[in-house]
Amino acid sequence: MAAIVAENLTRRFGNLAAVDGISFRVEEGEIFGLLGPNGSGKSTTVRMLCGILRPSDGRGEVLGYDIAREAERIKGSIGYVSQRFSLYEDLTVRENLEFYAGIYTVPPREQEQAIAAAAASAGLGERTRALVHTLSGGWKQRVALACALVHRPRLLFLDEPTAGVDPVSRREFWDILRGLAAKGVTVLVTTHYMDEAEQCHRLAFMYRGRFLAIGPPEELKAAEGALLLEDVFIALVRRGRTLDQEALGG
Amino acid sequence: MRLMRLWAIVKKEVLHIRRDRPSLVISFLLPVMMLFLFGYAVTMDVDEIRTAVLDGDRTRASRELASAFAASGYFKLTAYPVSRQELERLITSGRVKAGLIIPAGYGRTLAREEAAPVQFVVDGSDPTTARTALQAGELVARVHSSKLMLAALDRSGKTVPLTAGVDFRSRVWYNPNMKSARFFIPGLIGLIMQNITAMLTAFALVRERERGTLEQLIVTPVRPAELVIGKLIPYVVIAFIEVSLIFLVGTFWFGVGVAGNVLLLAVLALFFLLGALGLGLLISTVTRTQLQAMQATMGLILPSVLLSGFVFPREAMPLVIRWLGNFIPLTYFLEVLRGVILKGAGLDLLFTQAVVLVAFGCGTLLLAALRFRKTLD
Repeated sequence: MAAIVAENLTRRFGNLAAVDGISFRVEEGEIFGLLGPNGSGKSTTVRMLCGILRPSDGRGEVLGYDIAREAERIKGSIGYVSQRFSLYEDLTVRENLEFYAGIYTVPPREQEQAIAAAAASAGLGERTRALVHTLSGGWKQRVALACALVHRPRLLFLDEPTAGVDPVSRREFWDILRGLAAKGVTVLVTTHYMDEAEQCHRLAFMYRGRFLAIGPPEELKAAEGALLLEDVFIALVRRGRTLDQEALGG
Repeated sequence: MRLMRLWAIVKKEVLHIRRDRPSLVISFLLPVMMLFLFGYAVTMDVDEIRTAVLDGDRTRASRELASAFAASGYFKLTAYPVSRQELERLITSGRVKAGLIIPAGYGRTLAREEAAPVQFVVDGSDPTTARTALQAGELVARVHSSKLMLAALDRSGKTVPLTAGVDFRSRVWYNPNMKSARFFIPGLIGLIMQNITAMLTAFALVRERERGTLEQLIVTPVRPAELVIGKLIPYVVIAFIEVSLIFLVGTFWFGVGVAGNVLLLAVLALFFLLGALGLGLLISTVTRTQLQAMQATMGLILPSVLLSGFVFPREAMPLVIRWLGNFIPLTYFLEVLRGVILKGAGLDLLFTQAVVLVAFGCGTLLLAALRFRKTLD
């Protein structure tokens, strides 16, 4: 079964189509990357798939639940980390984890174990008594990930999870993600870092609400005859612009 | 509504409150401080008005008049200028608020059994003091002259048929000594309840929005009702503790106990509290930062203080202003508070106010909940 199915997914804000009829599937245990510049529609896509933004058109299924009709069920079975690492800074790591365990209604008897497992998965080790505001960006990111894992979700949405994090922490974070995927957790991640995009099993180039290309990084590079994903992206964007201009001209 | 999620939010909010000790301490000290300020400093009771006596007569009669002023308790004779200029200087500098001018020849005129003119000047820049001084001064002078007339009558040995006249016996109910503290303490309970709850609620939610944690919560299965109620519970508890504190200080320090039914008061207070929580929630839906929330709360507090009758009697307000006060829930709650605490009034007498408070409590909370849900989308 596919973890994510999107068919002609569209979201308009007024006249602007932030997401313009995209279709794709993400298989279980896959790390799927959405790559694109700011304002290309990545976050809007994630918000629709999480069930917090209704699509204007098209449909989608997440873990078998319809995104328009079964949003509450989706929210209960996914984990979500945003670029702001929305943690309670005046609480300790453990208190943050306990809070989310309660919010996701992890049964009290299983909480202790679930918290320990989430902390271990996110590589937190023993640092659970520290107040969050005393931690560095990289550590906050791990805490945010642990909070998103505390209810053992089968699918993780990560919206630019490494923004403002140092390179070493970013590398370690991706190691953690690959470990999760190996255990069968599906990961959908948005980014504009090319080195991160390389690590995805498959990725989609998003530009002005549309997919310019979709596939494994190696295939995309081969198709464009490029060595770097960055060159693929630039070539695709240039072609997209020319198409736009032709459409306007003719 | 899942109890577990509700409880998780209550626990987290309690942690926030515990970590922010200064705010907690301030929120408990502030009401007590306000109580003592309003109970003592903001007193409208005027007595011992500093008064200068310009005695140009210097006879026994003139001294008797001056001591009649002092004996009334309203005036305290603090200066004895020798010239009009000196008296003027005293009043202009603010060292005295009133001046009694007894011209030379006062005693002789009285001895001739004629009306002796005496002048009384009052510093009008503070109308409250001036009004009290004028009324008290006139009263003292009238009582003194009737005493002089009776003495003169005695000396003449004549008898006049005394008419029965009016036997005017006044009594002030509910606050026999007309102490301001009795007026302010019930009002203060209402004001503090409204402000603390509205402000803390608005802050608690805006903080969540400001720090981006609300965005995270939206992606979880938590329901808006669980979030709001869970966040409100700790603040309702705090507000109730504070109100009890004010009641205790009010009863044992200021001697303002509850004359009426405590249960009636508690029920109506609960509805008022719900309304105040709703107001806080509404503020949180229209503001983005804690600073904005603070300013919005101030915008709410000022009209409540001025228009509700908390300090200034609504009877004295122009019609339009008084009418505006009808839209402020605190207005009704103050009537309930003063009615129940000071007068022992029951529900039969406070029915209108009770209906308004119930409508306000439920209405505001409903409106706020709807708006809050919308801002989450």
